[in-house]
Amino acid sequence: MVAAMTLSSDAAVAPVQLQRFGTAERWVHRTIGILLLILIITAALLFIPDLGGLVGNRQTVRRIHEIVGFALPIPLLLALLSRAFRDDADRLNRFRPTDWQWLRSRDRRSGRIPVGKFNAGQKLNAAFSLGAILVLLATGTVMFFSSYFPDALRTGATFVHDWLSIAFIIVVVGHIYMAFNDATARLGMRSGSVPESWARREHGEWAAEELGTAAPND
Amino acid sequence: MGRRIVLGMLGLGAVGVAAGRWLSDGVTEVVASTAPGLANVLPATGGFRIYTVTSGYPEYDPATYRLAVNGLVRDELSLSLADLAALPQTGITKDFQCVTGWRVANVPWSGVLLRDVLTAAGVEPGGAALHFTSFDGVYTESLTMEQGMAPDVLVATSMFGAPIQEKHGAPVRLYVVPMYGYKSLKWLSGIEVVRDVIPGYWEQLGYDVDAYVGTSNGRSDDPVV
Repeated sequence: MVAAMTLSSDAAVAPVQLQRFGTAERWVHRTIGILLLILIITAALLFIPDLGGLVGNRQTVRRIHEIVGFALPIPLLLALLSRAFRDDADRLNRFRPTDWQWLRSRDRRSGRIPVGKFNAGQKLNAAFSLGAILVLLATGTVMFFSSYFPDALRTGATFVHDWLSIAFIIVVVGHIYMAFNDATARLGMRSGSVPESWARREHGEWAAEELGTAAPND
Repeated sequence: MGRRIVLGMLGLGAVGVAAGRWLSDGVTEVVASTAPGLANVLPATGGFRIYTVTSGYPEYDPATYRLAVNGLVRDELSLSLADLAALPQTGITKDFQCVTGWRVANVPWSGVLLRDVLTAAGVEPGGAALHFTSFDGVYTESLTMEQGMAPDVLVATSMFGAPIQEKHGAPVRLYVVPMYGYKSLKWLSGIEVVRDVIPGYWEQLGYDVDAYVGTSNGRSDDPVV
């Protein structure tokens, strides 16, 4: 949908804005971001001896990590109530042949290969992040209720939790790095809308769809 | 496709949990033989995880540090680091097993056997248990006299051939070979001979008082012998 249509004579001074994210999506993103930040900080304190030693109070740090960890899925579940979130989840789930082309190509930023609302990297990031959150939640639950599980499973859960969290932190840092390099993308997540010019460049198919010149594709 | 990635990760996660003990031993072995220093930074590669119950590491001055031995003893002692160094020294190389599951293999420790310290003080009749205190001001531990007199309980001053590091309990800690790590109190400052066992910090929070590796706390690890 077009958030603000302007007369063509005003187009140069008041660029058209496209609505990219709804309130629910922005709040979910923000909440998950804050919770993950707390989880990463407490994880570093629990995991890296020389950092943990500076703060000590292991029991308290551990309690915070556990509470925030169990709270993490709540915003995701609440988000499912939002139509816009479910629609975007559908788009993220759908990989098209052009997505694989886009990933393999060297000129993926040129706009030659059409990109919908989300590019293939964003789709992979979303799928990996959801998978990682679910696996970390499951292994964390085994670690939390450890007395109900045999030693081998506890050790196995700790192993998966340790190494997957390292991988996940690297991906989260990558996500922040990509956002750091694109102020407009950040604006889109902060305010909900993006200028048409940015949308045409980064997500051409989606821009066409929003402007009513093409049918929704992904 | 996204769904397939998520399901694939759940599957891999389950395989990882099932094979985790074996994989984790493999990683530990590879790291130990190629980059042993890594374990200090990433405990997931086989190193110690550092647990403290207070903020930071408690400070001490090597010149004024004293280990107090009191309670039901003939002679109350106040041992400086030099006094400890003058007592018979014993070296023990054994695994360190934590009740949360991690184990560090073949750690070389040395110091004075607890029984040599107790013999120097002279245990009075009725002294049937030991109460240990840490100069972190909070942590405590316990042993029965019989457990404490065993030839594998060390008042350790050295680890890996060097003075014990701050994070490992400098300058003096316990190393109770056959028991889970929480019995090996760090930053040791007091040994009191008492009549009855006084449960220590974790024991008041539900952990077993007799913490033998493999037969306590609902675990079945290989014993450390």
